[in-house]
Amino acid sequence: MIDMRLKLSYSGFALDVDLQVPGRGVTALYGHSGSGKTTCLRCIAGLERAQQGFIQVNDEVWQDSEKKIFVPPHKRALGYVFQEASLFAHLSVLANLEFGIKRIPKQQRRVDMGHATELLGIGHLLERHPQNLSGGERQRVGIARALLTSPKLLLMDEPLAALDSQRKNEILPYLQRLHDELDIPVLYVSHSQDEVARLADHIVLLSDGKALASGPIGETLARLDLPLALGDDAGVVIEGHVSAYDAHYQLLTLQLPDTDLGIRVAHAPMPLGQALRCKVQARDVSLSLRSVEQSSILNRLPVTVISEIGADNAAHVLIRLNAAGTPLLSRITRYSRDQLGVHPGQQLWAQIKAVAVLA
Amino acid sequence: MTLTSADFAAIWLTLKLASLTTAILLVIGTPIALWLSRTRSWLRGPVGAIVALPLVLPPTVIGFYLLLALGPHGFVGQFTQSLGFGTLTFSFAGLVVGSVLYSMPFVIQPLQNAFSAIGTRPLEVAATLRANPWDTFFSVILPLARPGFITAAILGFAHTVGEFGVVLMIGGNIPDKTRVVSVQIYDHVEAMEYAQAHWLAGAMLVFSFAVLLALYSSRKTKTGWS
Repeated sequence: MIDMRLKLSYSGFALDVDLQVPGRGVTALYGHSGSGKTTCLRCIAGLERAQQGFIQVNDEVWQDSEKKIFVPPHKRALGYVFQEASLFAHLSVLANLEFGIKRIPKQQRRVDMGHATELLGIGHLLERHPQNLSGGERQRVGIARALLTSPKLLLMDEPLAALDSQRKNEILPYLQRLHDELDIPVLYVSHSQDEVARLADHIVLLSDGKALASGPIGETLARLDLPLALGDDAGVVIEGHVSAYDAHYQLLTLQLPDTDLGIRVAHAPMPLGQALRCKVQARDVSLSLRSVEQSSILNRLPVTVISEIGADNAAHVLIRLNAAGTPLLSRITRYSRDQLGVHPGQQLWAQIKAVAVLA
Repeated sequence: MTLTSADFAAIWLTLKLASLTTAILLVIGTPIALWLSRTRSWLRGPVGAIVALPLVLPPTVIGFYLLLALGPHGFVGQFTQSLGFGTLTFSFAGLVVGSVLYSMPFVIQPLQNAFSAIGTRPLEVAATLRANPWDTFFSVILPLARPGFITAAILGFAHTVGEFGVVLMIGGNIPDKTRVVSVQIYDHVEAMEYAQAHWLAGAMLVFSFAVLLALYSSRKTKTGWS
């Protein structure tokens, strides 16, 4: 469990959060710029000092302003990945990687050099100097360098924000491997819903220095009472598992948790039973009164209407649906809503046009 | 006719003075420059201005106040006398004190620029990689500020070699103690020994040019015409 209560203000900005997030897995701190997510992360690292603060990471207290405890950053067992990789320009890649590992006692070293370089695919770069690396390579070295201190908490401040989309896609698989292979809790600051949907298990939504919501990714993204739902890329994350594969049409069936409902997705073969995460965007879900058989849309699920809100433009509404326990969002026009007479409790068919497989 | 033994003594004294001054300035200038580059205190302005004063003050003004302060009735003079050292005026030690003040901006300002250019990020990175502040200073700040240290040392040394007014005010003209090259040249000219003056003046010119040439050639051009 990571427990943080932070109060801090400077001209024009105030941070006031009281959060408990899981001590394992990836927790996203999500919000627009200026929402206080980076400040939060810097306070946890001790790079900034909250005037009133309490920070406890699993069994270690890092700050307790009431008891006048403030552990300086270099004594906190954390790893920090900055937005720009910030490698030391006077050191080679190898010396950068060794910088942290040299400074922790041998018995605390749980991540070894071979594992870290293999995990991030940087084994061939060790002799090089930071200025001769691409942006993506630099960031991978930065991540490996942080991991090599065997942190009890890994803090990542928009590690992909400074990269173009090609480099992002080059790094994302490595981040997913970290998530799957290492048992280090991660706090991941991001303003990209896509990254959050791919990587996070838990999400904290920050706005104007306050936490609007904190919860598991699946249900939190589907909440209509949060500004999350309003964005153009709003949608839900579904975690299911592979239940069938049609080799002829190259379609994979993702079975929704605790149901016999499935969604078919165009995808390369995957072993049956494998856990799979995918994102269904609200704008890709349409509604109809009957199951329309003659349609190019593959996925039709029986759903119940839970609630609705106005979207960010006057012509659209967002409908929250329940597909046998799995939440879905649908973005339709106000006109269609009135044509179908959509109301809470109504049974409808959701047609899902596209599904993005995330992991 | 070439350089006389008195000339060589003056050269030796000058090199000794410049080396010692540079060494002292690097030691005391580094923390001051580090503080100036990091602090948000209101004292930053006043301290920065004091450090820069020798750039604009005539050396005679610095020399005059030093003479008063170091002399038998000055507060430094009283202090050194109470310690049993006598006064520092007209001594090599007094010259070192004067040179340290006189060359201070030439060492502190390049260091301050170098530290400012490093910024806070590498220090934060070092802290998150378990380096304590001293460790960070030696393993990150010093190596990253290396060009700044080289510039500071060269400028501090060369500027001390070129010192004249302050020396004359507080050191006078005592062979082997306070007679540095610039004073020796002045003596030669006063005594109409122009040939002697030529040798020494020429040597100073060549030395100064060589130092500055080395300094400016070593700087990498980042922008501009090639």
